[in-house]
Amino acid sequence: MSSKQTPSQTVGPFFAYGMTPEQYGYDFASIAGATVEGIEDSAAVTVEGHVFDGAGTVIGDAVIEIWQADTEGRYNHPNDQRSSNQAFKGFARWGTGTDPENRFVFRTVKPGPVDSEQAPHINVIVFMRGMPNHAYTRLYFPDEVVANAKDPVLMSIPEERRGTLLAEKIERDGGVVYRFDIHMQGAAETVFFDV
Amino acid sequence: MSARDWDSHPPYIHEGYKSTALRGPTKPLVPLPHTLSERTGPVYGHECLGPDDADLTLNSRKTGEPLGERIVVSGRVLDGNGKPVPDTLLEIWQANASGRYNHAVDQHDAPLDPNFLGAGRCVTDADGVYRFHTIKPGAYPWGNHPNAWRPNHIHFSLFGPTIASRLVTQMYFPGDPLLALDPIFRGVPEGARDRLVSSLDLGVTEPDFALGYRFDIVLAGRGETPMED
Ligand SMILES: [Fe+3]
Repeated sequence: MSSKQTPSQTVGPFFAYGMTPEQYGYDFASIAGATVEGIEDSAAVTVEGHVFDGAGTVIGDAVIEIWQADTEGRYNHPNDQRSSNQAFKGFARWGTGTDPENRFVFRTVKPGPVDSEQAPHINVIVFMRGMPNHAYTRLYFPDEVVANAKDPVLMSIPEERRGTLLAEKIERDGGVVYRFDIHMQGAAETVFFDV
Repeated sequence: MSARDWDSHPPYIHEGYKSTALRGPTKPLVPLPHTLSERTGPVYGHECLGPDDADLTLNSRKTGEPLGERIVVSGRVLDGNGKPVPDTLLEIWQANASGRYNHAVDQHDAPLDPNFLGAGRCVTDADGVYRFHTIKPGAYPWGNHPNAWRPNHIHFSLFGPTIASRLVTQMYFPGDPLLALDPIFRGVPEGARDRLVSSLDLGVTEPDFALGYRFDIVLAGRGETPMED
């Protein structure tokens, strides 16, 4: 038998102590923070960005989650049959309310390709006050030109919108930063997926 | 292809809930075939739980018991086939009995409770059942329109088996007259709204201790095991 889905509702403005308590200074443990558990420091990169609303204003009460494969493209999940790196959790969650510029800033690794077709990517889930449903998007890497050109998901998107999924690569303080701004609306509206 | 049934969920932008106007995507969502990326997701189980995480009346006591009406909130988490989702994490957060969140941006002039944070989590058992002890949250005003008050509610966040089953929602209480006036609740398609309202259940109630409310949750997606019937 099939059951009818429970409707989604906004996270509201007060998600901090439920979803990201340590980040916001509450005396309650977080299940995950800004650093993906189990990454090797030598391979670590930064993923950061702003979330903009339709007026171009930076959103300070969004929560961003990332879900990704390890450097060899393996997910730590029972549906990934390949033996995965169990220490690598693949998940991080951060609110945009504690950074002085209201960015999300993650410490992670660049994932490997998860199958023979897709280019390396990070799955991104966006929540905020004022959004009744979460939104799914993907971050792709600008230094994967050949793989990106063959990626079936990227190729399914109208060419003029593909760029919204490409991070910008920056070298900063001897490290690599992938900058990925999320535009909820407007000319540069990020591509969001029906997952 | 889509795991989400859009007849069940509120639209991203709806007139009554003002903040949606500038925050919801305006372009159609792009269909995404379910690759390994969508057939996997974060796995958080019993190892991430503290001893009192599922009892919000205990987990942040400083000097004594929190004030308000003790309640039990329990239910089953099911997938789109109606099959239980075992070992999945639920996270909840809510206002205290006075309708006040323990949060810097909550300006509502109602008292904080030093013995109540309002956050909890638990993991479903083998039958998909979860169970929280908490305090019934109060209603609170918000700025959406003049004299706007949110109905009593508890925020829920669930992962389910994969990222396609991710759900954040709110549980309401039966018979609340504010439901008819609440644009967040009323943004949900009419036929789906009652799925967000818990029911008073004497089977969940703990006699002489706490009233029980039942709230079952159905996630998007078909779960991991193929359908047999
Ligand atoms: Fe709320």
